[in-house]
Amino acid sequence: MSTLTRKEVEEIALLARLHLEASELEALQGELTAILDHFSALAAVDTTDVAPMTHALPIELPLRPDVVEPSLPASAALAAAPKREGDLIVVPAIIPGSDP
Amino acid sequence: MAELAQLLEEWEPVIGLEVHVQLATQSKIFSPSATAFGAPPNSLTDPLVMGLPGTLPVFNRGVLELALKLGIATASQIRAKSRFARKHYFYPDLPKGYQISQYDEPLCENGHLDLILGGQVKRVRLQRIHLEEDAGKNTHVGAVSHVDLNRAGVPLVEVVSAPELTSAEEAAEFMRALHRLVRWIEISEADMEKGQLRCDANVSVRRRGEDRLGTRTELKNINSFRFVQNAIEHEIARQLRIIDGGGRIERETRLWDASAGQSQTMRSKEEANDYRYFPDPDLPPLVVDGPTMGAVLRTLPELPAARFERYVRGGLAPDDARTLVGERALADYFDAAIAAHPSEQGAKTLANWILTELLGALNAGGLSIAHAPMPPDRLSRLVALVENGTISGKIGKEVFEESYRTGEEPRAIVERRGVQQISDEAQLWAIVERIVANNPRQAQEFKNGKDGLFGFFVGQVMKETQGRANPVITTDLLHRALGR
Amino acid sequence: MSLELWSIAEIAQRIHAGELTAARVLDTMQARIQNVDRELGAYLALDGDRVRADAAEIDRKRMAGEPLPPLAGVPVSLKDNLVTEGLATTAGSKILQGWIPPYDATVVARLRAAGALVLGKVNLDEFGMGSSTERSAYKKTRNPWDTSRVPGGSSGGGAAAVAAGLCTASLGTDTGGSIRQPAAFCGVVGLKPTYGRVSRWGVIAYASSLDQVGPLTRSVADAAAMLQVIAGHDPHDSTSLPVPVPSYAQALTGDVRGLRIGLPREYYEGLADAEIRAALDKTIAALVERGAVKVDVTLPHTQLALTAYYIIAPAEASSNLARYDGIRYGKRAEATDLLSLYMKSRGEGFGPEVKRRIMLGTYALRSGYYDAYYKKAQQVRALIKADFDAAFEQADVLLTPTTPTTAFRFNAKATPLEMYQADIFTLACNLGGLPGLSVPCGLSSEGLPIGAQLLARPLDEAMLLRVGGVVESAVGLAGARPSGVGGI
Repeated sequence: MSTLTRKEVEEIALLARLHLEASELEALQGELTAILDHFSALAAVDTTDVAPMTHALPIELPLRPDVVEPSLPASAALAAAPKREGDLIVVPAIIPGSDP
Repeated sequence: MAELAQLLEEWEPVIGLEVHVQLATQSKIFSPSATAFGAPPNSLTDPLVMGLPGTLPVFNRGVLELALKLGIATASQIRAKSRFARKHYFYPDLPKGYQISQYDEPLCENGHLDLILGGQVKRVRLQRIHLEEDAGKNTHVGAVSHVDLNRAGVPLVEVVSAPELTSAEEAAEFMRALHRLVRWIEISEADMEKGQLRCDANVSVRRRGEDRLGTRTELKNINSFRFVQNAIEHEIARQLRIIDGGGRIERETRLWDASAGQSQTMRSKEEANDYRYFPDPDLPPLVVDGPTMGAVLRTLPELPAARFERYVRGGLAPDDARTLVGERALADYFDAAIAAHPSEQGAKTLANWILTELLGALNAGGLSIAHAPMPPDRLSRLVALVENGTISGKIGKEVFEESYRTGEEPRAIVERRGVQQISDEAQLWAIVERIVANNPRQAQEFKNGKDGLFGFFVGQVMKETQGRANPVITTDLLHRALGR
Repeated sequence: MSLELWSIAEIAQRIHAGELTAARVLDTMQARIQNVDRELGAYLALDGDRVRADAAEIDRKRMAGEPLPPLAGVPVSLKDNLVTEGLATTAGSKILQGWIPPYDATVVARLRAAGALVLGKVNLDEFGMGSSTERSAYKKTRNPWDTSRVPGGSSGGGAAAVAAGLCTASLGTDTGGSIRQPAAFCGVVGLKPTYGRVSRWGVIAYASSLDQVGPLTRSVADAAAMLQVIAGHDPHDSTSLPVPVPSYAQALTGDVRGLRIGLPREYYEGLADAEIRAALDKTIAALVERGAVKVDVTLPHTQLALTAYYIIAPAEASSNLARYDGIRYGKRAEATDLLSLYMKSRGEGFGPEVKRRIMLGTYALRSGYYDAYYKKAQQVRALIKADFDAAFEQADVLLTPTTPTTAFRFNAKATPLEMYQADIFTLACNLGGLPGLSVPCGLSSEGLPIGAQLLARPLDEAMLLRVGGVVESAVGLAGARPSGVGGI
C-alpha cells in the first residue's frame, strides 16, 4: 500500500466520477501516495476490543410519527434543474450494457 | 446434448431470492412526503428527497412497526440495535449518490418463510430482512432519460432468502407465500404491477450431493409470479446447456425479457460497483425495545401456514385449505362461518360452500371477500338448513342465490317459498308409486335394463314436488318401486 | 468607537432605547461593506430586499412598543455553506454556482426569528475544506491585520468580516478547526459547540460526524448571545441532542477561582513558535493569578489525531459530495452520455483540494480498505475521546494554543500535508465531539493575533465562556484593531 499506481488513481477517479486531466492525475498520484504513507502509522496502534466511535455522545435514533407533510410543488423542486422536460428531469441516455 | 430431465438428475438448481417489498406507510422512510402511487411527476418530493445540500434524514416510526411485524411473523432474530449504512453508486434516480440501507447490522436475521407446496408446508430460511429507501424512476426515451423522483425515499424491506430453493416452481411459490404474508399482516399491498413487490433471483447449479455452490447469475426485471417461474426455468436450462457443452458459467447479471422469453446479459458482477458501505453518520443506531416488540406482537393474527395446518388437521383437503389461506379475509370469513355454525362437523361443508358458491358469486360480480354481501353467519345458517335436511342441496343453491342477492334470511326464504324438503317416506312413497304407475312403458323398459331412465323418474318426482323431494330417500323408494 | 465595532449588547441596548434604528444599522454596515470589502474580499453575496424588510419590521415593532427579540437589529454574516432561502448559496464552489435554495437552515431561521439582520454570505474554503480560505473558487479573502496574509479557514470570510467591522457577528462551521483557527488568525472569538448542540439541518455537509455551526464574534459575551439563539434540539437533525439549553449569559461570572486548568503536554511540546508560547504562558499566569490552578495532563494519542481526521473527514466528504452531479441543481457540464455528464460536471465543478479529499475518502472506503482505514480511524477516535475523558477527571478545562503559527502568507503551504498541519491543535476536539473556544490572548511582534484555545467536557460550553471571558479581560486585545484594511 505504499505507492499508488496510476491505474489505481484512475480507478478511484472513476469510482468517484471525477474527470481528471493528465496533469491532475499525475499530481494526485504523488500527493495521495504521500498522504497514504502518513496513514500507515495507524496500523501500529493497538485497537483490540476498541469499539469504533460513530457518534460523540451516545444517542438513539429519534423516531418521527408517520404523518404526511406537504411536498415541494414540482416547480419549486425542479427550479434549479438545468435540464427539464415539463416536470421531468432530463439526462443523457445510459448506454445499455455498460455502467452509467 | 443430453435432455434437460436427464441433466436434472445429475445437477441440482440452487436459487436464492432477494425480494423488495414496499411498506404501506403514509409518508416516506426519511422524510414526510407522501408515498402515494401514480402522482404527477416530481410532485412528492422535498429538499431531502431531492438530495439538496444540507438536508438530513429523519426516520419514520411507521416503517419500524411494519418491518417488525414481518420480522416477528417470520420468526426472525430482531436486532436490539441496528444501523443504517450508505450504499454508494451513481445513477440519476438516486439523488444523494447513495442509498440509505442496512449492511452489517440489519434489523432482522435468520427467520423463515413457510411455503405451502404439494399439500405440505416447506420452510425456507431467510438470511435477513433489512430496511432501505427506494430510488426514483428513470425512463428511457430515445437518446435521453427522464427522471421522476416521486418514488425516491419510499420505504422498502429487502427480504433475502437462503439459497435453499431447488426449483423454479419453489421460487414462484416463495414469491406467492411472501406476497400472501405481507398482505396478511397488512404491511404492504404488494401489487407487483405497481412495483410494490420486486424480485431478483440468484441462480446456480451444482452436482447433486455436493455442498459447494456453483457460480451464480443474478436475474433482474422479474415483475410477475409467472415470470419468476419462466425466467428461472429458462436460466436453469441455459446454465445446464452450457455445462453440458463443456463451458463455464460466467458470474453476471441478466435482464429478463418477458416478451422474448429470454434473458440478456446486463453487466458482469465483477465489474459491479464497489458500494463503499459505511455506517450513516447522520443516523444514530435504531433501538428496538421490549415494549415496542410486545405491542407489535399483539397486532399479529394467526399466520397463513399455521392456519393451513389447523384446517388440514380439522379435516379439510390440503388444496381447499391452501385456497382458504390465500387471503386473510377469506380465512377470517371461514373461521367466522365455523364459529357461527351450530355443529362442530361443519368445516368441510362450509369450506365447500365458500369455495364454490360464495367465491363463484363474488367473482361473477367482481367483488372481493371483504365486500361479500353474504356475511359468514348467514351463510352458516343456510348451510345448517341443508345439513339438517330442511332443504335439499339443490334448493339450497337457489336459496343461496336469492339470499346473496336480496339479503333475506335463508329460513325466511324457505318458508316464504315453501321449499322445505319432503323427507316423509309415506308421503314420498305415495308420489313414487303414482308416477311409476302412470309411466308403465318407461317402468318396463327400465326393468328390462335401460338404466338411463332412472333419471327420468327422478325428474318426474322432482317435478311433482317442485324439487323438494329428498333425493336420497326418493332414489331409495324409486328403486323399490321399480323393482331394481 | 463607532457602530461597526459595537457589541451585540451595545446595539441591542440602543435599539431598545430607540436611539438607533435597524435601518440605520443596515445603512451603515452596507456602506462599510461597499468601502472595504473590495479589498478584504469577505462577502460572496449580499442580501438586498429581504434584509431591508427585516430591518423595517424591527423598527416598526420598536415604534409600536412590541417586544423585541434578543438579536433585534444585529447585523450578521453567514458562511456560504449555510443554506439561505432565496439567497445564493455556493459553499465556495463552482459546482453550486447560481443555486438559490428553497429553504433556510435551522440556524438561519433561528437567527432571523431572533431579529438578526442577515447582511450576506461570506467566503470559505470550498465545501469547508481548507485552513486559509485560499481554496474558495470565487475570491481571495485577506486578513485585516495584514493583507498579505490569509485570514485562516475554512471560515475565513466570517472571521475577517467580524474583525474588520463588516458585521457584528458571523456564523461559521468547524469540522477540524474551521471556526477556531480563523478566529485565532483574525483576533476574534470563535466557538465550536459540542457535537449535536447546534442543528446541522441546512448546513452543507462536509464531514457529518464532525461538522458543527458556531459563532465568530468580537467578544466572549457576544459569542454567548449568539450561541443562546442557535443552540438546541432540532427534530430535523437526528444527531441533534435532545437536551435543554442553559442560560449562557449566566456563565460569564468572571470567576475562575479553584478551576483546574489542564495543560496537555503534547500540545506544548509540539509548539515551536516562541511568541505563541510566551502568549500562552502569560495567559496561564493570568488565570493562576485569578485563583485558577494549573494541572499537567496528558493526551497520549494526540499524534494520531491528524491521521484519524484525514481519513474520517475525507471519507464522509466523499460520500456527502456524491450528490453533486449537475442533474437536479448546480452546474452541469455538456455531455452526450451519462457517464461523461457525471465525470465532467464533477471534474470541472470541484476544485483541486475537494477532488483530493474525495479521492482520499473514496480510497479509504473501498471494500478491502475499509477496515484498515475508516474503521481503524474510528477506533483511534474512540481512544482520543478516552484520553479527553481521563484528562477531564483531573481538569475542568484544557488550555492550549489554537494554532502552531500566526497567520501565514498566501501560497505559503507548498503541499497539502503542510496545510493540514495548520489544524493539529484543533482537530482532536472535533474527533472527541467536545466544545472548543478560541479567544485572542496577545499579538505577535509582527502585530499578528495569537489565539488561546479552551476545550471543555461535552455540553460544558458554559465553562468555555466563563474562562474565555476571564482570558479576554486579562490578556485580550483590548483596544487593538486591525489596521490592514479599512481601519476604523
